[in-house]
Amino acid sequence: METPLIEFRNVTKRFNGRTVLDNVNLSIYENQVTTIIGKSGTGKSVLLKHIIGLLKPDEGSILFQGTPINKMKKAEWEGHRHRIAYLFQNNALLDSMTVLENVAFPLRQTTNLPKAEIEKRAMKRIEDLELLEAVGKFPSELSGGMQKRVALARALVTDPQIVLFDEPTTGQDPIRKNMILSMIIHYRKKFGFTAIMISHDIPDVFFISDRVIILWEGGVGFEGPYEDALKQNVPMIDEFLRSLDGFEDQLTGLLSREAFKMHYSAMLGSAAREATSSAALFGVRLNILSEALGAQAALEALKALGEYTNRYFNAVGGFSARRSRDEILTIFPHKNLEEARKLVEDYSRDLEHGVIDHIRDIASGNSGEATCFDIHIHAGVTEISPEDTIDEIIEKGRAKQEIISTYRCDFGGNDQ
Amino acid sequence: MKEYYEITEPMNILASFFSAIGRWTIRAVGNFGAMAVFFFLAFINIFRARQIREITNQTYYIGAKSSLIVMLVALFTGMVLGLQLFYTLVKFGSVGALGSAISLSLVRELGPVLTAIMITARAGSAMAAEIGILRNSEQIDALYTMGVDPIRYLISPKIAASIISFPLLTAFFDLIGIIGGYITGVVLLGTNAGTYFYRVQSSIDIVDIRGGFIKALVFGAIVSCICCFQGYFCHMRSDGFGAKSVGLATVSAVVISCVMILVSDYVVTSFLM
Repeated sequence: METPLIEFRNVTKRFNGRTVLDNVNLSIYENQVTTIIGKSGTGKSVLLKHIIGLLKPDEGSILFQGTPINKMKKAEWEGHRHRIAYLFQNNALLDSMTVLENVAFPLRQTTNLPKAEIEKRAMKRIEDLELLEAVGKFPSELSGGMQKRVALARALVTDPQIVLFDEPTTGQDPIRKNMILSMIIHYRKKFGFTAIMISHDIPDVFFISDRVIILWEGGVGFEGPYEDALKQNVPMIDEFLRSLDGFEDQLTGLLSREAFKMHYSAMLGSAAREATSSAALFGVRLNILSEALGAQAALEALKALGEYTNRYFNAVGGFSARRSRDEILTIFPHKNLEEARKLVEDYSRDLEHGVIDHIRDIASGNSGEATCFDIHIHAGVTEISPEDTIDEIIEKGRAKQEIISTYRCDFGGNDQ
Repeated sequence: MKEYYEITEPMNILASFFSAIGRWTIRAVGNFGAMAVFFFLAFINIFRARQIREITNQTYYIGAKSSLIVMLVALFTGMVLGLQLFYTLVKFGSVGALGSAISLSLVRELGPVLTAIMITARAGSAMAAEIGILRNSEQIDALYTMGVDPIRYLISPKIAASIISFPLLTAFFDLIGIIGGYITGVVLLGTNAGTYFYRVQSSIDIVDIRGGFIKALVFGAIVSCICCFQGYFCHMRSDGFGAKSVGLATVSAVVISCVMILVSDYVVTSFLM
C-alpha cells in the first residue's frame, strides 16, 4: 500500500484547555488534491498549521513520508519544509512591501538567483493571476480578492511541491473562484504538486479534489473521495454537505447538485412518475478553451453556456445542474425522447448566437496563430426510467453524446 | 487528636502572598531564560552577508532618525547642568571646576543613560509595536512558511543596529551636552571659556569615555532585546489579545527597558569602578 505523504496519528491539540483536534487520524497522499471541509472552529486551519510545523501536537505524531517529524533532524525537516508553501486565510502579506516585492520576497530570501531572474519569475506569477495593474501597490491599497491573489502568487512563485491552501477562494467572485481552482489544477498538472486545501466552494472544489476530509467535532468524520461521502448516508455529514451547497451554482446560475437532486426526487414522486421523461447531458471541453484562451476566458464561456442552457430549458419546464467541471445535465419532465431531441436541436441552432458568438468575442480579443482552436459542444439525449439514478442518467447521456455545435478557428485549427 | 489543621484566615492570606511571589518568580526566571535564548539566536544571525542591507536600514531608522531628539535632549541637559552646577560651585568658590563637573557627569552617567532612555522611547516602542503587529497579522508565521527565519530577518538587524547606534548617539549626546553647559556656564553666566574647555579636556580620561561606551553597548543590547522580545511574543500574553496585546507589549517594552537601563547601569558601573 502507498505510504502517505503526510499522516496524522492520534493527534490531539488543545488551546487553553479547549480541545480543537481530538485524536485525529488521517492520511494525505502525494500528487493528489485533498480538500478539508468542516464547520467554523473545527480546527481546519490548526490542522494545516501542524503540517508546516507552525503548531506542534500536544499528543500523537505527524509523519512525513513515514517518518515522525518530531524525530527528524533539524536539517532533514528543513529540507522537507522548503518544499511546502502555505497560503494563509488572511493572506499574511508583508504590508510594508509592494505587490512585486511581496511576490519576489521568497526568491530574494531563499535563493541566490540574479535580481533580473527573480523579477522575471515574480512578474510571470503576477501576470498569471491578472495582477499587472497592482504591481506597484501596497496590500492595503488592494481589495480582499486581489490580496488573496497576491498571496497565491507568492505561495506559487517558488514552484513548491506541496501547497497548503487555507480558503484560497474566499472573497472572490464566481469567475475568479473558478479561475483559482482551474489554476490549481493547471499547476498540479504542470508541476505535479500535492495540494491540501480548505474550501467551502461546493460544487467546484469537489470537481478538482481527489479526496475529501470532513472534520467533525474535533475528529475526522469522513476521509475519501467526495462521491463516497455522499453514499455514506451518515446523517450529520449529509446535513453538513447540504448546508454548504446552496440552491444555485454561483458560476452558471444553474441549480446546485442538492437542489437538482431535490427537483429530481420531487419529479419522481409526483404524478409525472408514470409519464415519460428525458434528459440531455451537455459538455464542453474546458481544458481546450483554457489552454487556448486562459482559465478566466474558459470559465466565462462555461458561464455563458450555463446561463443560456438555464434560460432556454427553464422556459419549457426543464431543470439543469452542473454535474462535473464541464458537463451540464438537463432533465425534461413530461417529454419523450423525440420531443427532447427536438428541443435540443432547436437549442443547438440558437447556440450559435447565445454561446458560440460569446466564445468568438473572447477569441477575437486573443486573435492570432497561438489562440487558434476548434471547440465543440456535445449533447447526449436519453430517456429516463423511474428507477434511474442521476449517475445512471449521466452514463446513458455520455454514451449518446454527439457534436451539436462547433466554434471553428478562423485560421484553421485542429479538431479536438 | 485532630487529624488536620484548620487553615486560619491570616495563614490563608500568607499562603496566597507567598504563592503569588513564587508564581511571579518562576515566570520572571522563565522569561529571563527565554530572552537570553532569543538574544543568542538573534545575535549569532547578525554575522551574515545578507544582513548588511537590512542592518544599514535599521541603523538609519534607530540611529540617524533619533539623532535630532537625542541632541535636543543633550543640549538642554547640558544647559541645566551648567545652571545647577554653577550656583552650587559658586558657594564653594570653585566655579573653575564647572567644565570638569559637567563633562564627567555626562560622559560617565548621563550621556549613556539618557541616550538609551530617549532611544527606548522613540525607537524601542516602535520596534515592539511593529513586531507585535507583524505577529498578530501572521506575517511572522508567513516568513517561517516561506523558509525565512523570522528572528534572523526581523530581530538580528534591529539588535545589530542598536549596538551600533547607541554608542554613536551617546558620543553625540556627550558633545552637545558639553556645548549646552558652555552656553549657560560661559555665555550666560560668564565663566571663563578657556578655563571651561581646559577643565573638560584635562578631567576626562580615556577610561571614562570607554566606560560610557561600554554602558551604551550594554544598553543597546538590552533595550533592543527587551523591545523585540515583547513584540515577538505579544500573542502569548495572558492579559490581552489582538491590538490590545500590541499596546500592552509596547508599554511593557518601554517600562522594562527603562528599569533595566538603570539596573544594568548600576551593575556595569560597579564593575568599572
